[in-house]
Amino acid sequence: MDFINAIVVLTNFTIIPALAYGSQLALGAIFVTLIYAVLRFANFATGDMMSFGTMFAVLLTYYFQSIGLGLGFLPTALLTIPFAIIMMILYMLLIDKFVFSYYRIKKSPPVQFAMVSVGVMFVTQAIIRIIIGPSDRRFLDGEKFILKATEFKEMTGLNEGLTLKSTQAITIVVTLIIVSIMFWFLNKTKTGTSMRAYSDNEDLALLSGIDPKRVVLITWVIAGVLATVGGILYGLDKSYRPFVYFNNMLPIFAAAIVGGIGNPFGAFLGGYVIAFAEILITYAYKRFIAYLVPESMEPDSLMQLLSTDYKFAVSFSILVIVLLIRPSGIFKGKTI
Amino acid sequence: MRKYSNIIAAYSIMLVLILLVGIFQSWSIALTILNYCLISAVMTIGANIQWGYAGLINFGIMGYTALGGLAVVLVSVDPVQQAWQAGGLNILICFWIIVVIVVLIRYLLKYFNKSKYRTYGIAFIIIGGILLLRLTASPGIEAIEAVDPAKTGFLGGMGLPVLFSWIGGAFLAGGLAFIVGKIALGLRADYLAIATLLIAEIVVSIIKHEEWLARGVKNVIGLKRPAPYEIDLQTSQWFINLVEKFHSKKLSMINSITERQDALSQFVIDASSVYVKLCFTGLFLSVVIVLLIVTQKALYSPWGRKMRAIRDNEEAASAMGKNIVKEHLFIFILGSAIVGIAGAMMVTNDGLFTPGSYRPMRYTFVIWVMVIVGGTGNNFGAILGGFVVWFLWVEAAPMALFLINFFTSHLPETNLVRVHLIESAPYFRFLVIGIGLLTIMRYRPKGILPEKIEIK
Amino acid sequence: MAFFEGTQMTAGYGDGPDIISSCSISANRGEIVAILGPNGAGKSTAMKAMLGLLNLKSGSVTLDGEDISKISPQDRVKQGISFVPQTRNVFAELTVKENLEIGGFLREDGLDQMIENIYNLFPILSEKKSQIVGQLSGGQRQQVALGRALMSEPSVLMLDEPTAGVSPIVMDELFEHIIKVKKTNVAIIMVEQNAKQALSISDRGYVLVTGQNKFEGSGEELLNDPEVRRSFLGG
Repeated sequence: MDFINAIVVLTNFTIIPALAYGSQLALGAIFVTLIYAVLRFANFATGDMMSFGTMFAVLLTYYFQSIGLGLGFLPTALLTIPFAIIMMILYMLLIDKFVFSYYRIKKSPPVQFAMVSVGVMFVTQAIIRIIIGPSDRRFLDGEKFILKATEFKEMTGLNEGLTLKSTQAITIVVTLIIVSIMFWFLNKTKTGTSMRAYSDNEDLALLSGIDPKRVVLITWVIAGVLATVGGILYGLDKSYRPFVYFNNMLPIFAAAIVGGIGNPFGAFLGGYVIAFAEILITYAYKRFIAYLVPESMEPDSLMQLLSTDYKFAVSFSILVIVLLIRPSGIFKGKTI
Repeated sequence: MRKYSNIIAAYSIMLVLILLVGIFQSWSIALTILNYCLISAVMTIGANIQWGYAGLINFGIMGYTALGGLAVVLVSVDPVQQAWQAGGLNILICFWIIVVIVVLIRYLLKYFNKSKYRTYGIAFIIIGGILLLRLTASPGIEAIEAVDPAKTGFLGGMGLPVLFSWIGGAFLAGGLAFIVGKIALGLRADYLAIATLLIAEIVVSIIKHEEWLARGVKNVIGLKRPAPYEIDLQTSQWFINLVEKFHSKKLSMINSITERQDALSQFVIDASSVYVKLCFTGLFLSVVIVLLIVTQKALYSPWGRKMRAIRDNEEAASAMGKNIVKEHLFIFILGSAIVGIAGAMMVTNDGLFTPGSYRPMRYTFVIWVMVIVGGTGNNFGAILGGFVVWFLWVEAAPMALFLINFFTSHLPETNLVRVHLIESAPYFRFLVIGIGLLTIMRYRPKGILPEKIEIK
Repeated sequence: MAFFEGTQMTAGYGDGPDIISSCSISANRGEIVAILGPNGAGKSTAMKAMLGLLNLKSGSVTLDGEDISKISPQDRVKQGISFVPQTRNVFAELTVKENLEIGGFLREDGLDQMIENIYNLFPILSEKKSQIVGQLSGGQRQQVALGRALMSEPSVLMLDEPTAGVSPIVMDELFEHIIKVKKTNVAIIMVEQNAKQALSISDRGYVLVTGQNKFEGSGEELLNDPEVRRSFLGG
């Protein structure tokens, strides 16, 4: 019984949150890696682009709520996803047309692209703050829990409760759907194959009659979907605050590089690697161990490897270690 | 003279802008801006050495700035004897444990061939070392943080004059740059950017959360100053006399004696703040000038030529026997150390150390915009970039407010759009900086004052 | 007039000097034409000019009697010209089958049938169809490269040093494959360093020197020409 209790504690406080957080990071990391693979630059506006898409979801949620449109027990925000995605894609295409395409045609070095994306980051942050302001916003409605701790305890008779927030379930399910569709698209369709070909060998792709403009367009479309959905899921689970989104760019980069930059599947797994590392290393194992060892050996301290203050630092340290040992990432980079 | 005309024109415009702020807003604000411009200029000199001279992209400026600030606390604050007695020993032991760990790992790396056992050994030493560190440190840290937590709760510093901390900042930042350089300099440019960005984030989170070191997010206030305090000036007779002389015309027009006294004391208060800021301006200006002379000399020296050769064609330079790794590491340390000086200068100027305020937007990306806008590879350009961008950063909000009021003046005061826009005026600075950067990169990719290398 | 013809072509890179001047090359369907010459003679440049990868300063390129000098390389590909570059001529991260699919990217129909045809032409590719091309041997990669180029059922195939960096045995095998391709009624133009072997399978050859036609003739003629032998074939 104690053993099951221990497992439940661990699941409740580490595995479920890490799966949800990992999914959010994974979507962002695939976004980063896709831009890197096809357009060949590190996009420092990643966090703010995700924030931009989410902003529309927040505003539309408020609007839908005001006219009484909703999804019942599901959050209204799910209904706004298609509209937010469209706005996001339009914004990305606009930015691409007026900013990035110039450097693409000139075949500028990646560093210059990165600097330009810093400019885009500033502008996007400004637009977001001017439209919606910098404050913290919650836009989650509908049923908050799928499984409450008390219900679980009653059901199983265990000491420990297992909670499953609806946002966590939605995050994991939506991520799996989006990512499966994307991998199916990249690997099984003609357009997807042509994108991978373009990423692999641009000159030869051109010689094979692949239209670069179309590839770029589709990349931004997929990127728009990933960025918006990732941003909305994060916002639902935690809350929407522009500054936090900017900061999230850092673990997202870490996930993309750990997974091997340019490799979407690696980025997908990288998201979970980073999330699990952050949570497992900063989790206090006191209660978990208490169930497993005899009472006399129960630990006094929190049994925490690092304080939660160092959450971000953990993922960055992992990144540094990966860069040191295997710079191409765990799952060898540069394929899409 | 001709070839300097651009530089002179650009700097004159900048000076006029600051003077306009003095005239229209206040001299105190103008001097604050000027001082920050000078600090920014030091940062851009540092970043420009790395990016302009060597093509190294360092997105970790924030980390070095924070370390410079930390140096001010560690060097200038008086030691907290009680805290040292409570937990100083533990911290010192920890320091030695770290030294032993590093020596052990180096020993393993040097004398054993690469094998599974060596890797396991190293992992064992690291994990064991961390556990040992935690065991030793936690009682000490608890004891230190318990010492008068509202005021101290940290070890304090060395109690030296604050100007020493500027050198200390350079050493701390340079030391970190040495470690980072060893780890990350081999990476491709964009990986290096990401890695340095994240490492800076680690550094700041350590400074933020290790309260025994410098009180973390609880901030250290009331730091020493290399300039007189306003309150002392306001009571010194010589200063009051000076102000009286300066304003004698205006004062003589006031008839009533009490009113004259009031006016004089107001003038004294204003003047004291201006005087203090001028002292800082003098100090900062000397740093900028010294750095400018040194970096200019370096740029035209054989060493500068070598660096440019490496930047422009690494392979060729390497084939000619230049040790690129070593040169890159050196320049990375040098540039970071200069940023560290700037970080120390900034904390000295503010008189307080607030680790919570170190954010990559303000301390990394804005600095980079300065370098790019000003002119990559050109020290005059980089400094100008520091001035222009800082000026915009500060003055964008008032200017936006002015424009918003101007364009919405036909709308009623309560109009929602107008109210919303006025509320968001501060964020127009991001817009101005962003669009400025994009415009410069597109239409003047080498910056306002581009790099000009003349063969003498 | 030949099927595919570059007449009096003059071209160079950017504003630089002319690499080829008044250079003329032509090929008919079912014919292998070799372009030979010393290093820096402008062989690859001549081929790239015919493909449209660099602009002509003067002269023209015609395909089946139609002037194509002004259209982009992508459009020339659509018109039936296929090119195999010397390096990076496969999608190393894609599978063999995907490489062929990309080769037939512009096809509207008959993709599967064409892939079967390529497998018949290069049986080894059928065996390795699900493998990542980056893991194949040099000779197999060259076959993938040829296969990719043939997927669009081109009327003209241009090869830039197809045997560079492969072993002599593989080279012979590759030449055999090239002859097989020729039999499918394709005009083949190839730049080659291995002049003797190339001429032995070529119907005609051109020898370029400093960007100009120096000799031309059938493969046999050139092989037997004493001057050509002395200058380019090593006696």
